[in-house]
Amino acid sequence: MSDHAAYILAAYGLTVIVVLGVIAAIVIDRRRIERALERFPVRGAETDNRS
Amino acid sequence: MLWFANPANFLWLANRLIPWLAGLSAAILAVGLYLAFFVAPADYQQGDTVRIMFIHVPAAWLSMFCYGLMALAALGTLVWRHPLADAAQQAAAPLGAAFTFICLVTGSLWGKPMWGTWWVWDARLTSVLVLFIIYLGLIALWRTIEEPALAGRAAAILTLVGCVNLPIIKFSVDWWNTLHQPASVFRLGGPTIHPSMLWPLLIMALGATLLFVTLHLMATRNEILRRRLRRLSILAVQDRRAVPTAEGARS
Repeated sequence: MSDHAAYILAAYGLTVIVVLGVIAAIVIDRRRIERALERFPVRGAETDNRS
Repeated sequence: MLWFANPANFLWLANRLIPWLAGLSAAILAVGLYLAFFVAPADYQQGDTVRIMFIHVPAAWLSMFCYGLMALAALGTLVWRHPLADAAQQAAAPLGAAFTFICLVTGSLWGKPMWGTWWVWDARLTSVLVLFIIYLGLIALWRTIEEPALAGRAAAILTLVGCVNLPIIKFSVDWWNTLHQPASVFRLGGPTIHPSMLWPLLIMALGATLLFVTLHLMATRNEILRRRLRRLSILAVQDRRAVPTAEGARS
């Protein structure tokens, strides 16, 4: 690409790592919360009755 | 809008919107990346290094957009005490920190070959660093205060105080003599960038904004579920305490 290819690749690579890290953190957090919620019996007022 | 502000309605809508938004943002970012790498020409001064701008600039815009969103949510928390506003604000802070981090690091990676230095303490760079520190401070504040309502109010006040940094970031290149170049897209006289570079930049910005909205919906959904879990945990503890008391009353 050019003399500065390392800078360009580093910028894009780091962006991909950060974005994938954020996505993974959110997905893992969701699974952890849902597993914890499964321990509780269903309460009418507490559930999302649309889903 | 009020219908959307109900947490149950928000969850219903978010569950349906997230897959579509995720797909759309991935498609637009793919088109943007193709245009950025294979269609946009190299800059006559910067050469191929200008391609870093296609992620640096959207990240910079989103770092400020996210803070503006948090300020609106902070008003919702303080004025209307709406639980969804607090959840939305709390969910946005790590995303804002991530995009500000990307902005700072990609700017640094552009600055080294172009300016000859990784960092200078000029007004634009320093004010964006301050924004990053405010994001980290807000995340720490939510984690430090155990009572969610109190943490929400404290974070809302800090968010509104931190708003003073947004015009400083935007106008720092006009108010002070900075190494950072002045605005070249959102300016009174129109963009100064050639359309061959402007369009890939705008498409990347649209894709990054949709990605941010998708991640924010996902994170806000997590916050709502986390609060539901906390409420259920408290109710379960209260139920366990109530059982021996009732048995004691019978005996």
